[in-house]
Amino acid sequence: MQLDINHIAKLARLGLTEDEKVLYGRQLSVILDYAARLQKLDTNNIPPASHAIPMKNVWREDVAAPCTNTDEIVANGPTVENNMFRVPKIME
Amino acid sequence: MKYETVIGLETHAQLLTASKMFCSCSTKFGNRPNTNICPICTGQPGVLPVVNKKAIELAIKTALVLNCQIAPQSIFARKNYFYPDLPKNYQVSQYELPLAINGYLEIVVNGERRKIGITRVHLEEDAGKLVHKGAARIMGSSESLVDYNRTGTPLMEIVTEPDIRSPLEAKVFMETLQHLLQFIQVCDAKMEEGSLRCDGNISIRPLGATKLGTKTEVKNMNTFRGIQKALEAEEVRHREVIAAGEKIMQETRYFDEITETTKAMRSKEEAHDYRYFPEPDLVPLEPEADWVESIKLNIGELPEQKKSRYIAALGLSAEDAEVLLATPALAKYFEACLELKAPAKAAANWLIGDITAYLNEHEKTITEINFLPAQLAEMLEMIENGAISGKIAKIVLTEALAIGKEIKEIVKEKGLTQVSDEGELVKIIKEVIANNPGPVTQYRQGKTGIIGFLVGQVMKATQGRANPRLVNQLLGKELSKN
Repeated sequence: MQLDINHIAKLARLGLTEDEKVLYGRQLSVILDYAARLQKLDTNNIPPASHAIPMKNVWREDVAAPCTNTDEIVANGPTVENNMFRVPKIME
Repeated sequence: MKYETVIGLETHAQLLTASKMFCSCSTKFGNRPNTNICPICTGQPGVLPVVNKKAIELAIKTALVLNCQIAPQSIFARKNYFYPDLPKNYQVSQYELPLAINGYLEIVVNGERRKIGITRVHLEEDAGKLVHKGAARIMGSSESLVDYNRTGTPLMEIVTEPDIRSPLEAKVFMETLQHLLQFIQVCDAKMEEGSLRCDGNISIRPLGATKLGTKTEVKNMNTFRGIQKALEAEEVRHREVIAAGEKIMQETRYFDEITETTKAMRSKEEAHDYRYFPEPDLVPLEPEADWVESIKLNIGELPEQKKSRYIAALGLSAEDAEVLLATPALAKYFEACLELKAPAKAAANWLIGDITAYLNEHEKTITEINFLPAQLAEMLEMIENGAISGKIAKIVLTEALAIGKEIKEIVKEKGLTQVSDEGELVKIIKEVIANNPGPVTQYRQGKTGIIGFLVGQVMKATQGRANPRLVNQLLGKELSKN
């Protein structure tokens, strides 16, 4: 199956070498071909499923709890200013 | 050629929950940056999000009020894109199977009733907050700082059909929606604080055409006025582009509040290819019919129903009913007074009159003052049983609003109790008659209207504390003597 590996790499923010583009392009094509085979199955009498397990309505009550490890999370940021993550320019 | 404008709105409302959509972090506003965050809302590997039941309840409540059908099954999906305010690199939202569909909201524009279709109501999570450096806004800023406290706050998206026909209608729709959301207490809906937000899709087409023209999306409409101004500016731009024989480009535009024009937004993250897929960590929602029914029963009276009741059962004028209902908190205050057996008409008059004037002057809301419904009810009772006059009540109220003291205490402290003692009043009346021979003679010669002047003199002598009805009666009696 044809796919635009450059587009997919861009969406995933991956900088691929020419060799990697060929390799991953080929691997992804195999996966898409397999999905295309599944598409051909007759599923008229099968309800669509979003999950593999038959569960529903898993929820919790609305109770707030203190956040304990926020410093560790913030420490992950490459650059932090005023306890906020600093990021480069967003808009051109 | 005549053109018509077609607008659809996408609105986002933060739901009034204590905790976030998928984790237990607080939704409290104004805390130190990045202190209401946890491994779940910042998207650390291996975490498991769990739905906040209250958020579902509030969204169902809203959907019911918007006359929507609640979907027997809805699912969450991941919307994949990269943006610094989104730590997971996807937003959990609902795509193919939203919580509710096919509703409408009625609005009144220039006296005309309009039904605006609601395409869907769905749940998602809010993104973080960006503080832009080097510029007041995102445009032109050199870098940005990210606070994830807001990340994961329950957000309800309400999408309208392209049923709106003018920027004014768009503004009225948002005002009506805000009022409703505040009324049913699902969202505090403050546009200036961002708890209610709106983007607009706008296009124009030849009048009578059924096919929609090419649309543009307008962002950064942060006030009701801004919604109208932004869409008006965009409407004019569409007309000019088409009049010049050119084509509208489908794009996202940004409203500049200062120049009141829209500008194309060019993001570095251009590829809007969201690759939605079902969120594997969150199982489907299938709200039980009993639960939906109990939510429905707890909605209570909506503004329209309250208005009818205020007019028919309480004898208020339509104008007064509207003023009270325009601010949900004011209507709530009013009803609290009624529960304390306060007379409806009088309570409404004081609320709309002196109390609202005080609130406007001091830029406060009814919930921010110390003068409680019990105090207003007490004051009204004192007026009714003659303990104080309406005039004195005004003075006492001003004092009570300013310092939040009990009415009875102020009256007692200032010696403002109404004088209803006949003996005392007759004594003052006799003095007034003796001191005003001219007007008294005029009265006796048949110019009876002059009695108003004499009543005024008695009131003055008692610093407004005399019971006016009694003064009138006793003065008439005294004047007819001799």
